[in-house]
Amino acid sequence: MTWKAIRRDFRMNWQIYLLALPIIAYFITFSYIPMLGVVMAFQRFNPKLGYFRSPWIGLDNFKDFFGSYYFWRLIRNTFLISFYNLIFAFPTPIIFALLLNEVKNRYFKRTIQTISYLPHFISMVVICGIIRIFTDNDGLITMLVVALGGKQRNLLTDPKLFRPIYVASDIWQGIGFNSIIYLAALSSVDQELYEAAIIDGAGRWKQTWHITLPGIAPTIIIMLILRMGSLFSVGFEKIILLYNSMTYETADVISSFTYRKGLLDFNYGYSTAVGLFNSVINFGMLMIANFLSRKYSETSLF
Amino acid sequence: MVQRKTVGRVIFELINGLILIIIAASCLMPLLHVLFASFSDPRALARNEGVILWPLGEPTLKGYQLVFNNPNIITGYGNTIFYVVCSTLLGTLMCSIAGYILSRQGLMWKGVLMFFVTFTMMFNGGLVPYYMVVRNLGWIDKRIALIVPGCISVFNVIIMRTSFQSIPISLEESAKLDGAGHMTILFNIIIPLSKAVVAVIVLFIAVGSWNSWFNALIFIQTRKLYPLQLILREILVQNDTTKVMVTTNEFSNMDLYKPLVQYCTTIVATAPILCIYPFVQKYFVTGVMIGSLKG
Repeated sequence: MTWKAIRRDFRMNWQIYLLALPIIAYFITFSYIPMLGVVMAFQRFNPKLGYFRSPWIGLDNFKDFFGSYYFWRLIRNTFLISFYNLIFAFPTPIIFALLLNEVKNRYFKRTIQTISYLPHFISMVVICGIIRIFTDNDGLITMLVVALGGKQRNLLTDPKLFRPIYVASDIWQGIGFNSIIYLAALSSVDQELYEAAIIDGAGRWKQTWHITLPGIAPTIIIMLILRMGSLFSVGFEKIILLYNSMTYETADVISSFTYRKGLLDFNYGYSTAVGLFNSVINFGMLMIANFLSRKYSETSLF
Repeated sequence: MVQRKTVGRVIFELINGLILIIIAASCLMPLLHVLFASFSDPRALARNEGVILWPLGEPTLKGYQLVFNNPNIITGYGNTIFYVVCSTLLGTLMCSIAGYILSRQGLMWKGVLMFFVTFTMMFNGGLVPYYMVVRNLGWIDKRIALIVPGCISVFNVIIMRTSFQSIPISLEESAKLDGAGHMTILFNIIIPLSKAVVAVIVLFIAVGSWNSWFNALIFIQTRKLYPLQLILREILVQNDTTKVMVTTNEFSNMDLYKPLVQYCTTIVATAPILCIYPFVQKYFVTGVMIGSLKG
């Protein structure tokens, strides 16, 4: 790449570079400057003094965090919510797609699909509002629990129930929409394979087991690997809309803790340290996931 | 494919259909419950313990009357529409430009640019440094804080790029011969040819922006600038209807009307999404499909 080549490229594509300016400025401002902003993690950050004059305190913020009572609680909560989600909310769209695939009536199929995608489009605030109304003292779900022999109370104040409520509502939100990708995979399975199987005398179960499942296995594996990559990132939006001080014990995750410490308690340096710790773990998990994906499925994410 | 229907097959299909109906019903039921509860008589509502699939007691619009008499909800609605329109326009423009640049063949810095953009998906500085950037820009408590930050989603850029790449290169080459520059090619050739994908991105951004609330929570302090979702959060999640209910004699019994107001606000805030949903749902499906293909 010589200077001359660069000049020629610029003369030909100057309009592209002009168009690229706002894009580059956007990512520098809202992605790369925050990455540099993590220096706060090593400071007793004071916004009045800024990044350059706030006192440096080395690893004190990290030591505080790793030594605190919160550390293991946050790791445990983040991992468990994510893990239960993986076990329960990951397979449901696959099963749903398989069931839908057996339906021959096109209108019935489309109606079911359209209805099941709906929860995905409702805002998080509304969903959490509905969850709150339903799990309140006299809510629908509470009444159901009472009918099954449970005690009448506000279910969201019970630390034991936070994770089940979180995961169950995740299933509800995603079962339809997350099945789209599997339905696409199912429709691309070669139909001739089924015909050949029928001639060989294979029944429906055998067809599902030997043709359908292997056909969508690559998609399942990629989605699973992607999911593993985000095993330590649980978003704060739904958490902070549903938790309260009574359920912090089981509900507080790393991201919600970062929000509370940083933007409610103004403990900027400490919160940045916790956030950086989480970002580094997530990055590492993603790298591992990508490595596994490249090794076992011949497709990598990047 | 001809296959004899066995008794087992018929039973399977019946059970399968039933399971699917139950799943679909459970997706729809909570929303129907809220819808019909919002028209119900508040006294009957207070006594009710089951699923509501028809307005209880005498159907009433009292809840809606309360909601629409409330200045907070009206300004929230207006603000949300403003934020949705601005961020959709800006976001679609920025994503198309980014998608166009990254879909050019033989661009010298393309690899660098691609890495520059996708790396932001893999690593981020975290919440507080992000907040500090907006704060240092002086955007706290300004409308712009809900429009510019977050307007480019890398996912949307990838969708645009994938679709722009599939446009035959001969089209733009002939335009180039006629002396068209990159701007002309993008706005007069590429975008008109990719109407379906642009529609997908517009819808993605618009629905996301309609539903977003967290940026407003951390960046906005003045109630006059609150988007609807933040007002909703007060009413539904913090369970606080006092700030938003105008007490009049007719509605002096606040506790009685509180659930009704909660149901009605939910419907008022969700109605636009529900109305456009059946028509645009297939675009979202298209978006997911393109997004899932590796570019």
